[in-house]
Amino acid sequence: MNAIYILWLREVKKYSRSRVQIIASLGQPLLYLLVLGFGLGPVFQRAGGGSYLQFMAPGIVGMAVLFTSVFSGIALLWDRQFGFLKETLVAPVPRINVMIGRTLGGATVAMLQGTLIMVVCLIAGFRPVSLIGIPLGFVFMAMIAIVFAALGTSIGSSLQDMQGFQLIMNFLVLPIFFLSGALFPLNNLPKALSFVTKLDPLSYGVDGLRAALTGSAHFGALLDAVVLAGVAVALLCLGAWRFSKIEI
Amino acid sequence: MGAMIRVENLVKKFGDFTAVDNISFEVPKGEIFAFLGPNGAGKTTTIKILTTLLRATSGTVEVDGLNPKTHENEVRQSFGIVFQDPSLDQDLTASENMDLHGVLYHVPGKVRRERAETLLKLFELWERKDALVKTFSGGMRRRLEIARGFLHTPKILFLDEPTLGLDPQSRNQLWTHVKRQNEADHVTVFLTTHYMDEAERVADRIAVIDHGKIVAIGTADELKQKTNAQSLEDAFLALTGSTIRDESASSTDQLRQVAQMFRGGRR
Ligand SMILES: Nc1ncnc2c1ncn2[C@@H]1O[C@H](COP(=O)(O)OP(=O)(O)OP(=O)(O)O)[C@@H](O)[C@H]1O
Ligand SMILES: [Mg+2]
Repeated sequence: MNAIYILWLREVKKYSRSRVQIIASLGQPLLYLLVLGFGLGPVFQRAGGGSYLQFMAPGIVGMAVLFTSVFSGIALLWDRQFGFLKETLVAPVPRINVMIGRTLGGATVAMLQGTLIMVVCLIAGFRPVSLIGIPLGFVFMAMIAIVFAALGTSIGSSLQDMQGFQLIMNFLVLPIFFLSGALFPLNNLPKALSFVTKLDPLSYGVDGLRAALTGSAHFGALLDAVVLAGVAVALLCLGAWRFSKIEI
Repeated sequence: MGAMIRVENLVKKFGDFTAVDNISFEVPKGEIFAFLGPNGAGKTTTIKILTTLLRATSGTVEVDGLNPKTHENEVRQSFGIVFQDPSLDQDLTASENMDLHGVLYHVPGKVRRERAETLLKLFELWERKDALVKTFSGGMRRRLEIARGFLHTPKILFLDEPTLGLDPQSRNQLWTHVKRQNEADHVTVFLTTHYMDEAERVADRIAVIDHGKIVAIGTADELKQKTNAQSLEDAFLALTGSTIRDESASSTDQLRQVAQMFRGGRR
């Protein structure tokens, strides 16, 4: 237990010390929010979709959580390169605890980042429909964070170095974001696209956030929660297994 | 009975390259055992197998009577290690690194803080304890790695070139501390070094490994006798030859080699 806690704390401490990175990481979501939000807003409104900012804000929060959690998992590769990973791998602690500590730490950091983006959205004019929705929103944020931190850990444990990073970014993380319905509604899509979006775990995460914060959902909050919980368990198992196989 | 480390016909291959080639040895409880060999001989690889970081290709390995492959957790309970390569978290402070280690190794809070203070003072890092490790010099980082390695008292202590980059004062502290732990707590020590005088000073027995094979094993005196050498360094050179191993040969080493060839040519 203590090992899980201290490794969790390490992630949180490192995040809180990286002020420059935190500010830099606000850039991309802000760009989406401002440029797409105000650029596509009028078209969206005319098409009968209501306020685009209102629609997109949960998606942008989901994006921030996705990126932060995947990268915190992949940061395992930095620990491998700088050598700290060895220190945790030979410690008299079951590797599963090491993996859980790291993953929960990464998920927590992702939630902090998501909260920050949420505040930015509020400043930009986003308004949640009800106050009760906010805690539920955090539940979904946590589930997204755990799912993708576990995915990041699985990937980080399976690669030797940062060489595969571009590949992962372009063929996994960005597609997960773009196919999730963060930027467009999931109804009335072409069949093929609609099928793929259903396979994307983030679709359920963004949908859950939207259900909680704006009251409108595509799949429904319950289905979202069930799918996310299932995927989280599966990816945590995968991550634990990959992590237990690491050799240095 | 009595053997803390037992290795039999150990082989480790990376692809077709054989890094450890069928070695066997035993280290009894309470012994200080030195593993000497030129760069790339397979010392670190052997340590990684003993400490569950790598899996052997074939052969039997026992650490405190247990197989690191099947009893990873139990084996990890029994040893402490100072790595040859850096293993600190550079984005944490010195005390945070110590504390994290203490928690991972189940050292109770009070003992942890007391020992951390003693060790940080011993290795003259106390004034910098709250500075991030990335602001440390190479030698300071090395000292912190060593202080951290002594935070708990394991049954077996692995030291992979612990004195690399250390000043004489710290080297002295290190070996005094190792000796003390060995005598007071019967800690078995498995060390590697490129400094023959250190090996001679602290080790009960020495194994010389070259190209993944053990070429000699015994006390320093036995090795000297065997090779008719005056010093351990001469014995080492007689056993392993004087050619420099390709991979990690530094530029000054290469210069020395060229100079040697030149002299040889004129003779
Ligand atoms: N992961 C790896 N993949 C491929 N080859 C490796 C790997 N690790 C080590 N080797 C090779 O195995 C051999 C033994 O390496 P090892 O690190 O055990 O040497 P060493 O005796 O510790 O040397 P040094 O004194 O330089 O530390 C070297 O030739 C090295 O290149
Ligand atoms: Mg080595």
